[in-house]
Amino acid sequence: MTDTRSDAPSLTERTRTVAAGAPVVAAAFLRDTAAFVLGENAVLLVADSGEEQRVPAHSGAILCAASDGARVITGGDDGRVMSTDARGASNLIAADAKNRWIDHVAVGPSGALAWSAGKDAFVRSPKGEERSLAVISTVGGLAFAPKGLRLAIAHYNGVTLWFPNAQAAAEMLEWRGYHAGVTISPNGRFLVSAMQEPALHGWRLADGKHMRMTGYVAKVHAMDWSADGEELATSGADQLVLWPFRGKDGPMGKGPRLLAPTNQRVCAVACHPKQAVAATGYENGLALLIRLDDGAELVAKHPGGGAVTALAWNRTGTRLAFGTEEGEAGLIML
Amino acid sequence: MSDKIPVTVLTGYLGAGKTTLLNRILSEPHGHKFAVIVNEFGEIGIDSDLVVNADEEVFEMNNGCVCCTVRGDLIRIIDGLMRRKGKFDAIIVETTGLADPAPVAQTFFVDADVGRRTRLDAVVTVADARWLRDRLGDSPEAKNQIAFADVILINKTDLVSEAELLDVEAHVRAINPYADFHRTERCAVPIGRVLGRNAFDLDRILDLEPKFLDADEGAHDHDHDHNDHHHERNHDHEHDHPHDNGRRERAPEHRAASRGLPHYHDEDVQALALRTDTSLDPDRFFAWIQKLVAEEGPKILRSKGILSFKDDPDRFVFQGVHMILDGDHQRPWREDERRESRIVFIGRELPEEAIRQGFADCAAP
Repeated sequence: MTDTRSDAPSLTERTRTVAAGAPVVAAAFLRDTAAFVLGENAVLLVADSGEEQRVPAHSGAILCAASDGARVITGGDDGRVMSTDARGASNLIAADAKNRWIDHVAVGPSGALAWSAGKDAFVRSPKGEERSLAVISTVGGLAFAPKGLRLAIAHYNGVTLWFPNAQAAAEMLEWRGYHAGVTISPNGRFLVSAMQEPALHGWRLADGKHMRMTGYVAKVHAMDWSADGEELATSGADQLVLWPFRGKDGPMGKGPRLLAPTNQRVCAVACHPKQAVAATGYENGLALLIRLDDGAELVAKHPGGGAVTALAWNRTGTRLAFGTEEGEAGLIML
Repeated sequence: MSDKIPVTVLTGYLGAGKTTLLNRILSEPHGHKFAVIVNEFGEIGIDSDLVVNADEEVFEMNNGCVCCTVRGDLIRIIDGLMRRKGKFDAIIVETTGLADPAPVAQTFFVDADVGRRTRLDAVVTVADARWLRDRLGDSPEAKNQIAFADVILINKTDLVSEAELLDVEAHVRAINPYADFHRTERCAVPIGRVLGRNAFDLDRILDLEPKFLDADEGAHDHDHDHNDHHHERNHDHEHDHPHDNGRRERAPEHRAASRGLPHYHDEDVQALALRTDTSLDPDRFFAWIQKLVAEEGPKILRSKGILSFKDDPDRFVFQGVHMILDGDHQRPWREDERRESRIVFIGRELPEEAIRQGFADCAAP
């Protein structure tokens, strides 16, 4: 149990503070440029040189973001899906015909994009063709499969798997309750959803076998796959919860690994792109780096500034961007 | 109070005047900045910066409880609104005429993210003086909206006679004698009677006496809190002083009779009030109430209680919506207070005898 971190080694002297001035919804790296997606209107770009640029991408709240490493895609309550690149060019991808909130965005392989408004999920293929699919309730989350053009759409009572280019009807994986988030394992074998209850639900895609992953104290807002793709790191508990997805059975009949117990709830997670390390953010503003082999901890950010709402690594894992609910933000140079 | 954003829920059958009330609230000079969540059928223009259209979606929780439902659209919209924190200091939710208030209320207790940032202030129901009795006869939704309310506006009083109005009030009271009542024309009511009510705040459970609409309603204010938008929590206990009780301790029957009110018993929805001077055993009580709401939760729309536990110097208060209960020690019993336990249920086809017996069995040995 660690509640004060004064004894733990710290990276705070390697931090460059960023004056976000607004809640940070998400962070991403566009090559060497960090992008902080703010709660309202703007995406704040911070180049490696330290030069800052505030890009007005939306007029209103920014509700969601996703990045492919070259651009950050955002959705807002202005009904727009926008794409912002490292130079600060912001382009309209789509405007909802009914001016609805864009609740979710996702990026897929080879430049495919997806977004949702209400019950409708939309996909834009790499060739620029746009298709849509209505599901049974408001969409709770979107995720592309790692290969091909296949989209998972989370909603009430299950997750729909859709091949936008195929004639075949979309397939629905059923499980009672509302599914408010979804992710597919990097090997494409497993799909995991975050429920309205403090639990995850998983399916093995080959045969639709169910996996229930419970024991959380809070709804799971953050899920990320470890660098080797063999573990799913999640928020929702007072420690980092890692579910095993090695082999063909995933976590069936197995428990998770629990690392770095604290007296604070984990609310953000980002796995290092190359090494067995995860960055975790807590409700009190603390952020840690946790070595997944042995659970060793390093303080990335001291508490303060409200809950950590954004964590992102650059592609090589030499930079970590963070942001909080109350607008604290920074870059850690590793 | 905390910096949680207060949320007022406006319900009422189609045409009762919800939108009129909403526009009245928004247009008065109150200094508030509201975010307004309107239902998809709201057609009248609303003058506010932050208006969000909701597509009402009721989701059952996957926890084995059929009455444990939440409004998925509210969870999503409140999360989105919080990105614009600072642009508003209160939220008003206007439901459709057919909406059940329970999932709306439960959302604030079941969803931790919503509960962390906002608090349910009150359910305000607008009823049409002319048509309410018909709706109570043919629409379970209309009945639920009355049963669930903390504040009821009997609106369009100019369209009915005094005798009809008394009859409407008697019908309303037969279902929910504990709400605050106001007679209105075009929803003209001081804003403090509908906002800043703290109806779900355990500290505000002061007494559990039936409420009566004074004939001279509005001439003076018994509640002392009509401007209480600042949530002066520390002061609130003080409103429960004896002169207030002077009004409320009159026997309901006596008061009703003295005003010549008709008396009704609603077939479906009743209020059941129980009291005892015997101290309760907390272990027995909690075991009983938890079992009761687990088994009869779908029938119990709302519950409230003030409890005197044996060897406990504090008043214990609780409230519930279906099977979700929230309770806490409130404050020490005062010397001049009668140490009694009172509980109230408003529900459909309540198993009255079983509840009476169960409550009696909670007495400390």
